[in-house]
Amino acid sequence: MNFNRHHLLGMKGLTKEEIETILTTAESLKEISFRDIKKVPTLRGKTVVNFFHEPSTRTRTSFEIAAKRLSADTVSLSAGTSSLVKGETLVDTAKNLEAMNPDIIVMRHSMAGAPHLLSRMVKPSILNAGDGMHEHPTQALLDLLTIREKKGTIEGLKVSIIGDIAHSRVARSNIIGLKTMRAQVTVAGPPTMIPPFIETMGVEVASNLQEAIVGADVIMMLRVQLERQKQMLFPSLREYSRFFGLTVDLLKKAKRDVIIMHPGPINRGVEMQSEVADGPYSVILDQVTNGVAVRMALLYLLLGGNKSEMDN
Amino acid sequence: MKWIIRGGRIIDAKHQVDDQMDIYIYQGKILDLQPIPSKRSTKTLSDFRVIPAEGLLVTPGLIDIHTHLREPGFEYKETILTGTQAAVAGGFTAVACMANTQPVNDNQSVTEYILKKAKEARLARVFPIGAISTGLKGETLAEIGELKRAGVVALSDDGHPVTNSQLMRRAMEYARTFDLPVISHCEDLSLSRSGVMNEGAVSTWLGLYGIPSAAEEVMVYRDIQLCQLTQTPLHIAHVSTAGSVQLIREAKKKGLPVTAETAPHYFSLTEEAVIGFDTQAKMNPPLRTKDDCLAVQKGLKDGTIDVIASDHAPHNSLEKEVEFEQAAMGIIGLETALPLTLSLVHRGILTLPQAIAKLTEGPARVLKLNHYGDLRKSSPANLTIIDPDLEFQIDIQTFRSKSKNSPFHGWKMKGKALMTMVEGRIVFNQLTPISE
Repeated sequence: MNFNRHHLLGMKGLTKEEIETILTTAESLKEISFRDIKKVPTLRGKTVVNFFHEPSTRTRTSFEIAAKRLSADTVSLSAGTSSLVKGETLVDTAKNLEAMNPDIIVMRHSMAGAPHLLSRMVKPSILNAGDGMHEHPTQALLDLLTIREKKGTIEGLKVSIIGDIAHSRVARSNIIGLKTMRAQVTVAGPPTMIPPFIETMGVEVASNLQEAIVGADVIMMLRVQLERQKQMLFPSLREYSRFFGLTVDLLKKAKRDVIIMHPGPINRGVEMQSEVADGPYSVILDQVTNGVAVRMALLYLLLGGNKSEMDN
Repeated sequence: MKWIIRGGRIIDAKHQVDDQMDIYIYQGKILDLQPIPSKRSTKTLSDFRVIPAEGLLVTPGLIDIHTHLREPGFEYKETILTGTQAAVAGGFTAVACMANTQPVNDNQSVTEYILKKAKEARLARVFPIGAISTGLKGETLAEIGELKRAGVVALSDDGHPVTNSQLMRRAMEYARTFDLPVISHCEDLSLSRSGVMNEGAVSTWLGLYGIPSAAEEVMVYRDIQLCQLTQTPLHIAHVSTAGSVQLIREAKKKGLPVTAETAPHYFSLTEEAVIGFDTQAKMNPPLRTKDDCLAVQKGLKDGTIDVIASDHAPHNSLEKEVEFEQAAMGIIGLETALPLTLSLVHRGILTLPQAIAKLTEGPARVLKLNHYGDLRKSSPANLTIIDPDLEFQIDIQTFRSKSKNSPFHGWKMKGKALMTMVEGRIVFNQLTPISE
């Protein structure tokens, strides 16, 4: 077993071997979700705190299901219920949580680096479930798992990530993970949404959507948020979908075995037409299924699942 | 008390003095400077007490043109007493303090309060800087004449750039009557607004909103044009980008009354210090790239940048031990400015007299402080004794400042102040056991 970390803060720093260990573990744990009785005792007696300081339904549910399938006890804290609304600092809230001896804190936060701050301040494992525009490692890992399942390998594949790269933690984590796994990555989108010096992450920048689509093995579409319009990043959703949305027509120019991914939630009719989202190339729901498997794997690996099994 | 500072290397950049001399001090003033060997007979010296300075530098008292003392209003970060304690421990005999206190220093009662507190502290001399606009709001002119009469030496809305170009123009025109330089914090807020660090490769990797160099440079250019229009002396605060250095260089070539400062962090650190989300590396303007860092060094060397200022910005740990985006901007600098400046000498970037000039002659010239920043007979005895080769490690726990927000903790440095004298009084002493 090639995994010896206390925290998972991002894809940055993970080796190819570590990523492979996570994916292989996820693959082996995935079948639990297809059993009649979807529960194993592996993490019995462990406490997982889901500390979500930003609204999230999908990721939080996925983490809760993952923890419960491994028999861990889970507690959820969201921005609305935590003391953060009463003016307590993040570090104080975390220290109070720590005093109740959880084994792992799964953390979602609207600000980049918040899990890094906590990892310096408290003892439990910190699992980053998305920090600001920085990283979303479990999303990248479930995407890598989906690609590996569908394509057999990741190395050498051409992956195009399209949309609001600048504001996307999904894009950052995927770029880092895909480059570590030796895929070729191209990004495309309105220049206002391509961050400066993105080339330093080892990616190509396509000048238009078509260029990014032709020859790609994997197309990852990103969610575009209406509020970006107020930041003067694009003129209107109508114009966005016309020039940067994925349509059935455009898809005809893609490889015949291309897969289409999206981290959700989808703005149907904006970044992709419904026909694309629900079409034969789409693996969007496989991503969601794999999300549970990847999160089970990470809880298991970070909590030293191996060891507790032997103790039992 | 009568002192003789014996055998030091005297550096007075204003008068191009760099010689070994004895300095005689009497009644708070410099009585005489004598080349060695001294012509004075030993008999008359009997009542002078000797401060041995052989092998050390003796410079005019260092002046910090850009300090935030936080009092009134933010005494939990710093007070005039703790701020001036930090100043003298860093070798500074005078500091100019910015107007962003609470209440803002936009009227004579705040100016008088600051001066009163400084007098009570009896450490470094404090020169208040008045606000350009009422409440730093950028809407109407502060009562600049009244501020001048109360004792301010310059005007600045530091921390709150003057967005309205017409207001800036009028402030500069109006300030001319009162012979006050205008200090500009150059930042286009519409370009920098959500930014928390330099816009570049590191901000892209970290997913943090960036502040592009252009946010500083467009305002540097605007203010240089307004300087040309009004012919009022303009001082550009905390220059951080290569583009700003070049704009100022060109303005000086045209003969405009423009001066500039930078802070030690802009020639000592780059944006990479932010990696790991270290909030001690968060300041405004932000740490820039290697190229900017080198351009700032070049600007110091060729005289484009006149002054090194600490931009001492104390913040409580509560304001720094938070999410990076939430953290307060700024670092303290009074106790690290001199060693970091001397590092430019050790690295061969500046000569020793050049480096000392940036902390003495430069700020005195910009603020038009007579009898400051040089060492002349009958001037007040403000001076700093420095060991330029003393090796030590920066330790925030030893800081006199009430706040500890410094990215330089643990740095191994060479050169520090050993004694600081203000008007003939020893206000900081690590040199020799003397009691007054």
